[in-house]
Amino acid sequence: MDALLQFIFSGVTVGAVYALVALGFTIIYNASDVVNFAQGEFVMLGGMITVFAFEAGMPLPLAAVLAVLATAAIGVALNKLAIEPARGAPVVTLIIITIGASILIRGAAQLVFDKQLHRFPAFSGDDPIRILGATILPQSLWVIVGALVVFVGLWLFFTRTLTGKAVLATANNRVAAQLVGINTAWVMTLSFGLSAAIGALAGVLVTPITLVSYDVGVALALKGFAAAMLGGMGNPKGALAGGLLLGLLEALTAGYLSSQYKDAVAFIVILGVLFAMPQGLFGKSATERV
Amino acid sequence: MTWRNKWLQLAILAIAIAVLPLFFPSGYYYRVGALIFVNALAVVGLVILIGYAGQISLGHAGFAGIGAYACALAPEHLGLHPALSPVLGAVVSGVLALLIGRPILRLKGYYLAVATLGFGILVSMVLTNERALTGGPDGMQVADLGLRAVLRDLGWRLSGGEFWYGASGIVLVLGAWIALNLFDSPTGRAMRALHGSEVAAATVGVDVARQKLRAFVISAVYASVAGSLLALQNGYITPDVAGFLHSVEMVTMAVLGGVGSVLGATLGAAILTLLPQVLTVFAEYEQLVLGAVMILVMIFLPQGLLPSIARRLRGRDE
Repeated sequence: MDALLQFIFSGVTVGAVYALVALGFTIIYNASDVVNFAQGEFVMLGGMITVFAFEAGMPLPLAAVLAVLATAAIGVALNKLAIEPARGAPVVTLIIITIGASILIRGAAQLVFDKQLHRFPAFSGDDPIRILGATILPQSLWVIVGALVVFVGLWLFFTRTLTGKAVLATANNRVAAQLVGINTAWVMTLSFGLSAAIGALAGVLVTPITLVSYDVGVALALKGFAAAMLGGMGNPKGALAGGLLLGLLEALTAGYLSSQYKDAVAFIVILGVLFAMPQGLFGKSATERV
Repeated sequence: MTWRNKWLQLAILAIAIAVLPLFFPSGYYYRVGALIFVNALAVVGLVILIGYAGQISLGHAGFAGIGAYACALAPEHLGLHPALSPVLGAVVSGVLALLIGRPILRLKGYYLAVATLGFGILVSMVLTNERALTGGPDGMQVADLGLRAVLRDLGWRLSGGEFWYGASGIVLVLGAWIALNLFDSPTGRAMRALHGSEVAAATVGVDVARQKLRAFVISAVYASVAGSLLALQNGYITPDVAGFLHSVEMVTMAVLGGVGSVLGATLGAAILTLLPQVLTVFAEYEQLVLGAVMILVMIFLPQGLLPSIARRLRGRDE
């Protein structure tokens, strides 16, 4: 029982990170129909920039804010320089552009920073908290609460603010949104910035636990993508549920079955779900118009 | 003159393969050439899947991995002759593609991308984790084909590089010939029809699911044979051959050259294979340049290099 609880704690922590990455995917996908394979690099940038700003003598909270803002700027630049010029291109082209961007960002990070593993101190110390015979790191609580805050924040943003509703309208029908006076180019810019900032925040929160190096992004992007698909592409609730579910499945597999194949779970589950429910767990079925 | 002209394309390919060695300053270039042909072979398979049938796969490196490890494992564990193990790999890949293709190919766009990606990653994970069988991430030795010794006995002395340059070149021309034949065959026309619109193709009697599956299985066999050739010519293989990045590399080569064109596939394979070789001097910048090339080509030449160049040439003629 203690072991199970322990696995659940670690699963929820990892799942919260996947959920943040999946939320980032969802925002960009909704605004532009692009699946951004460079999403994992935003997490990496969040961690790396914080590490280097902190080591340069900046206070940790300031370094974290700087990392989130800088990554958001990189996200906006990605949209302006690589996605907007290829507007309306087929799926394969967009996949290659964003994968190219992820390779580019990784290559740049390796030059600007280095190839070492880095971490910075946890926000509230490293003493584990005991709960019912299992332990959880204070930093894990930061990660979980961070994911929930982001989710609630996004929900309020999309349902309670005019800008948020403009994003939803653009996602629903770009032409109609333009007709009612929504600046869809601005919505795209906003989505990329927001999504990059969320990715960077995930990186800032999780680095004290998992450490960061220039190449952590690929695995995170693939898992986040799987989580977003699991919940149904474009659905924020699905992204949160998919991320947490994936994290739990991984932790339980590592605990009870095989730690070598824990990474396989994500893809076995995703294949199973897609075979049975091609639209994901929470996705709506769409019909092709001719 | 059209780029679709089958014999012209084959002749250009064969002549290029035969003539290029005249300009090679050292034996090393044969090795690079052989690597280009192997990559091009896998990419020609993807041209059939992506270019003809309009389906995407981010997991074809998985089939390359199966072909490669068939060559490494079959001679040792099954006692199969090394020359027959590529056939075994191709059969296994083809059957596997047939089995997973049916459910996977019902998916579209990004969903298809993530499902194939998942398949490829599962294959590479098995190859990495089953250490007892595959040697894990360190990889394993591959038995020699033995064909070079036969040629030597016949009085034809070839270096390893020269032999594999010739062998992969011949297989590539053969693969290109099959792909070009397929283009104008009823099957090829059906594939291209469903690429345009699945509903329209189904209305005129194309069995959409069946044709997609065909393209998937054919391209899987191409990738598998390419993987086998890679394993045999290197004499060594690691799970990287089945990795996600290799899948991405293959798709990029296909789209870079021009995704509907067999010659373009070869050009794309040549460029992306040569890039790291040229950039070894600036090893640190390799990823940076590769990423930038991928983005720039997709933005400015979305049709791929060869069709874009061909269009420009034709435009000037008129």
